[in-house]
Amino acid sequence: MTDAALPTARPSRASLSPRLVGFATVIGALLAAEGLVQLGFVNRFIVPPPSEVIDAFRRIVTEEHVFRRFLATAAECLVAGVLLTVIGVGAGVLINRFKLLQQAIETWVASVAAAPLVIMYPLFLVVFGRNALTIVMMGFISGLPPTILKTIEGISGTRQVLVNVGKSFNLSATQQFWKILFPAALPTIFVGVRLGLIFALINIVGTEFLINYGGLGALITDLAERYDLAGTYAAICFVILVSVVFFLALEQAEKWLRPAD
Amino acid sequence: MAVDTDAILVADNITVRFDTAESALTAVDDISFKVQPGEFLSLIGPSGCGKSTLFNVIGGLLTQHDGIVTVDGKTIAGPHRSIGMVFQEESTFPWRTVTDNVAFPLELVGMPRDKRIERARHFISLVGLDGFESRYPGELSGGMRQRVSLARTLASEPKILLMDEPFAALDEQTRLLLGDKVLQIQQQLKQTTLLITHNITEAVQMSDRILVMTYRPGKVKRIVDIDLPRPRSSEIVTSEAFGRYVAQIWNDLREEASRGMRDEESHALHHGAAP
Repeated sequence: MTDAALPTARPSRASLSPRLVGFATVIGALLAAEGLVQLGFVNRFIVPPPSEVIDAFRRIVTEEHVFRRFLATAAECLVAGVLLTVIGVGAGVLINRFKLLQQAIETWVASVAAAPLVIMYPLFLVVFGRNALTIVMMGFISGLPPTILKTIEGISGTRQVLVNVGKSFNLSATQQFWKILFPAALPTIFVGVRLGLIFALINIVGTEFLINYGGLGALITDLAERYDLAGTYAAICFVILVSVVFFLALEQAEKWLRPAD
Repeated sequence: MAVDTDAILVADNITVRFDTAESALTAVDDISFKVQPGEFLSLIGPSGCGKSTLFNVIGGLLTQHDGIVTVDGKTIAGPHRSIGMVFQEESTFPWRTVTDNVAFPLELVGMPRDKRIERARHFISLVGLDGFESRYPGELSGGMRQRVSLARTLASEPKILLMDEPFAALDEQTRLLLGDKVLQIQQQLKQTTLLITHNITEAVQMSDRILVMTYRPGKVKRIVDIDLPRPRSSEIVTSEAFGRYVAQIWNDLREEASRGMRDEESHALHHGAAP
């Protein structure tokens, strides 16, 4: 270890190359699909040509009001996200605080994280009815296990020396939590919240699709039931785009919240 | 040992035992010493002699022990604001800037933000980190991060600065230069300092007295007065007197270090791991 400040990394042109290659790959795949469908190698009644899908984007915007649907899905995600952050992180903190509770239920929470919770939607329909609450609760429940587990991991993984620094300054238990444990755990907690939100988005769109209610998932069901294949594929692409934007936004939010990294 | 009213810090008959699965292990056995105000005392000993255990006892992090520790004649039974600790491991808060790290103890006592930033800047300057106030620890080298830890501890204005091998993870050149910096600060602030170390050069370079410990259980083997002129710097390592002190302390330590090595080898032979 030396006594010199570390150099700050500068962005290079080389870092643009992976993005360009990735973009070119997507364009190449679309052109290949177009060619295969137009030449008759792929049945156009199963896979519509990408040109028709791109054209259908205009339709789903003007006729199917995709942005209004998107706002419905986004609102459900937002509510689920707030619930996840407040209840998920809070539950993780509480479970970590009481070691017996942690030993008793951590394995259960981990098991639930691996379970396909989307199959619980009939139960939620019975409990909450066919409305946005069912969709929000499905998203919330799906995102809860990773949020709780990562919160526990973050707090219990705080380096002992940082805890000892707090003790050496005679911090109370509350100060120890807010001044040391929570900020030290924040990067891991944020990973948990991010995972939770991604799980929530998947399950919210999935539940909308299954119960044909609400935002983007319900739009896909509508279009599929009308056998509007180009529109269905356009809506699916829109959901994928939303997921990508959502993921990138979370990454940016994480960078903003963790300036030290 | 009677409590010395002149001494700022007194460790009196400190004994620490740990119960292991096989037996009770005495890590520190009946250690007593005193530190006078403004004095620089080093505790040196081989690995496994209980130095860090003693660090935790004096700092109040380890309360299960026999004997007492007093500061200014008052017994302490836990972490105490009179004692500022600098740890061996990197201990800056990565989520805080250098200024906010150093201002941490001032924030705890409710000092207004403007005033604590001003105080923090004073201590940042003292450890030679001007210009790095807004940096995060992740942007600094190991030596600079240790200086931030030192500044943070000094900002709490402790009566006693307690350091546990603070330069152990640094290279030799950085260690010598940081030793200079610590000496300079200690002399400037007349800071009572207790350094735990296994590095003979570092101990002789900085100390007024060196307490040499035996291998497990840790006892006081000898206390050596270091009669080298002050102010000192790392240049003193080239002097003849410095060499004599190093040789003298190594003579005391060699036997203990050999005993420790034999013990570790024997333990590894029978249990497959170091004790």
